[in-house]
Amino acid sequence: MRPNIKILEDEIKEKVFVEAMEILEEIGFFVENQEAIEILQEAGLNVDVENRRVKLPPDLVKKSLQSAPSSITLFDREGKEVTKLEGDNICFDPGSAALNVLDPETNKIRTAVTKDFIDFTKVVEQLEHIHAQSTAIICSDVPEVVGDRYRLYLALIYSKKPIVTGTFAKESFEVMKDMLIAVRGDEKELKNKPLAIFDACPSPPLKWSNLTCQSIIDCAKYGIPSEFVSMPMTGANAPVTLLGAIVQHAAETLAGLVITQLVSPGAPVIWGGSPAAFDMRKGTMYLASVDTILIDLGYTEIGKYLNLPTHAYLGMSDAKILDMQAGFETGMGTLLAGIKGVNMISGAGMMNFESTQSIQKVVIDNEIAGMTFKFINGIIQRDEPIAKNLLKVFQEKTHLLAHDHTLKWFREELYLPSEVVDRSTKEEWISKGRKSIGDRANEQVKKLLKKYPGVTLDRDILSDISEIIKYKDNDFRSKLDI
Amino acid sequence: MIFTEECKDAILRGNIDQARDLAHKVLDEKLDVNNAIDGFSLAIREAGDLFEEGEFFLPELMRSAEAMKAAMTIFEPVLKERKEDRSLGKIVIGTIEGDIHDIGKTLVAAMLSAEGFEVHDLGADVPISTFIDKALEVDANLICISALLTTTMVGQKKLIDSLKEKNLRDRFKVLIGGAPVSKQWVKEIGADGSAENAVSAVKLAKKLIES
Ligand code: B12
Repeated sequence: MRPNIKILEDEIKEKVFVEAMEILEEIGFFVENQEAIEILQEAGLNVDVENRRVKLPPDLVKKSLQSAPSSITLFDREGKEVTKLEGDNICFDPGSAALNVLDPETNKIRTAVTKDFIDFTKVVEQLEHIHAQSTAIICSDVPEVVGDRYRLYLALIYSKKPIVTGTFAKESFEVMKDMLIAVRGDEKELKNKPLAIFDACPSPPLKWSNLTCQSIIDCAKYGIPSEFVSMPMTGANAPVTLLGAIVQHAAETLAGLVITQLVSPGAPVIWGGSPAAFDMRKGTMYLASVDTILIDLGYTEIGKYLNLPTHAYLGMSDAKILDMQAGFETGMGTLLAGIKGVNMISGAGMMNFESTQSIQKVVIDNEIAGMTFKFINGIIQRDEPIAKNLLKVFQEKTHLLAHDHTLKWFREELYLPSEVVDRSTKEEWISKGRKSIGDRANEQVKKLLKKYPGVTLDRDILSDISEIIKYKDNDFRSKLDI
Repeated sequence: MIFTEECKDAILRGNIDQARDLAHKVLDEKLDVNNAIDGFSLAIREAGDLFEEGEFFLPELMRSAEAMKAAMTIFEPVLKERKEDRSLGKIVIGTIEGDIHDIGKTLVAAMLSAEGFEVHDLGADVPISTFIDKALEVDANLICISALLTTTMVGQKKLIDSLKEKNLRDRFKVLIGGAPVSKQWVKEIGADGSAENAVSAVKLAKKLIES
């Protein structure tokens, strides 16, 4: 049996859905984007052009839900299937778009440069339980205007895994899409075999900004999956009640979903989010709090109720160093998201309010992800009778360590983490230098960087995408370590 | 309760009606307006201190700021008539063009306003020219620019460059803020400072205007 967890009663789920539709019908939502306004007008909706407000009839919402697919398959750069975002499947990717990194040598937070992201990508590429990459780090050593595309450029070069990304400027989509097409071969192949997901945030409350609206429209045209990342902030730009935030999340997400389905019925979308319990003492967006976890799991249930692939920003921490807080926040969020069956769980490596990535932490988080996969497999009956015959063995033997049964099953039954997790005796731990988990992770990082097999992207394709991303005559190839 | 105690009570409890009533009472009974404002100001400063000490929560602080604003709105016409300027200075604030992250900016604006600055909040996604036009129009002392994206942060630099081009750089102090803003960026673009949260933003603004 797969372990599961239930957050909302069925009646409440229906209530949330109905109230979200009522909100869209009575209050409507704000659309900043001109193309979206035209799309909504063409669909026969009465748009208040001056105030850019649109009200959506429930029938249209329901129709859009019917055309949105309930499953999205992601493929790697080589066209191999990686995961199906559907049902209670789970997949992990690192937290995206960090402005800073936690330097593994100094343990200080500093601005990130190209080398940080290249190293990070190389390490994630080899992590067993993190099946997708994300454009996780913003490199401060290239012009800010190319910041979003540059991350994708590097990720495509150094990694085969599917990539979660997103735009920071409207113009970037064109370049990013062209790079994806160049890698995939052609537009149709990219549509058939999605290689990247684009995150797009509605702006709470009930608003789709010009930039992010363009992203979902453009993605829908090309069949690229959009991941809606609604972020109600409790008590700030959303109700302080957790359920209130879930209703607002649903309304904002449904609004985006309708736009995509009007652009192209069947366009792949993901019911995602990154809500936050606003910290009333510090005025910060607390992304790893127990309340945030509750909202995340709650809206995920709504997404599942509506039969859509789901996503959540969970399994990260708001700590600033790799301390116990970093561990418990990440552990709680990751395991719970796994049990809930959030299809795409973003956040590995991330700290400090989605602003700082840690290469050590992503290695540690890979362990938590592995344990989560193990946990959701639950307990399986292997034998009939279950244990009786084995217990008979004890009449002759004192242990089962060398028994066939043990040898047959121990690898599957017992999860073995890497050396990052300390399972040694105290004596051994002391003799090996009293290392913290951060130290051990850093050693692992160094090993993985050495083991990285090298860039395998076809050199012609590399030239193509270098041409596509060219900015002011600079194609950034000199920044690569190949 | 003596009058200043009542003011303090209204502000610290975030009682908007009570603050309004007290302000009306000052006008109706021809009490000393300056004294009353001093009373209110003391209270809002205390609210800020309580917040910094962790005694007060954000909703309480914001509510105090709103109560303060409600009282000040009533005093405003009188002050204007007497040509008395009690404001600490004039500030134009907004989130830069292309960027809709506005919670941080709104917190900063609310605290500046509660502290006694005349704040013109232009909202989010504000073009550079709007910042400058507004600053000229109201004869601002300080321009505050918020940016949360690395791509829009460039707008902070453009604004300062534009001020330089127009020979206006010396006329306004410029404060910048938002998650991607670093000390180095402040230096690089020649801003007058940045702050990590609303309370330190207020302190910095006061220091800059006094200097
Ligand atoms: C909440 C949030 C959103 C919300 C904003 C809601 C709103 N109405 O404001 C929504 C969901 C809309 C959003 C959207 C996007 N976001 Co956003 N967002 C955040 C998040 C998590 C928190 C920001 C916040 O509100 N913090 C709480 C407030 C209180 O703090 P604050 O803003 O920092 O302000 C304080 C101080 O900085 C200071 N301050 C602020 N301004 C000023 C000004 C002056 C003059 C001074 C002195 C001080 C000062 O005082 C404030 C009060 O204490 C940040 C992560 C982060 N750590 O910042 C990402 C983050 C900024 N977003 C990010 C991204 C990528 C986006 C999107 C592009 C995603 C997408 N593809 O859809 C869109 C962009 C939309 C647009 N056109 O702008 C990235 C930026 C990466 C980068 N390289 O620039 C971040 C870092 C997250 C991440 N790692 O991905 N986002």
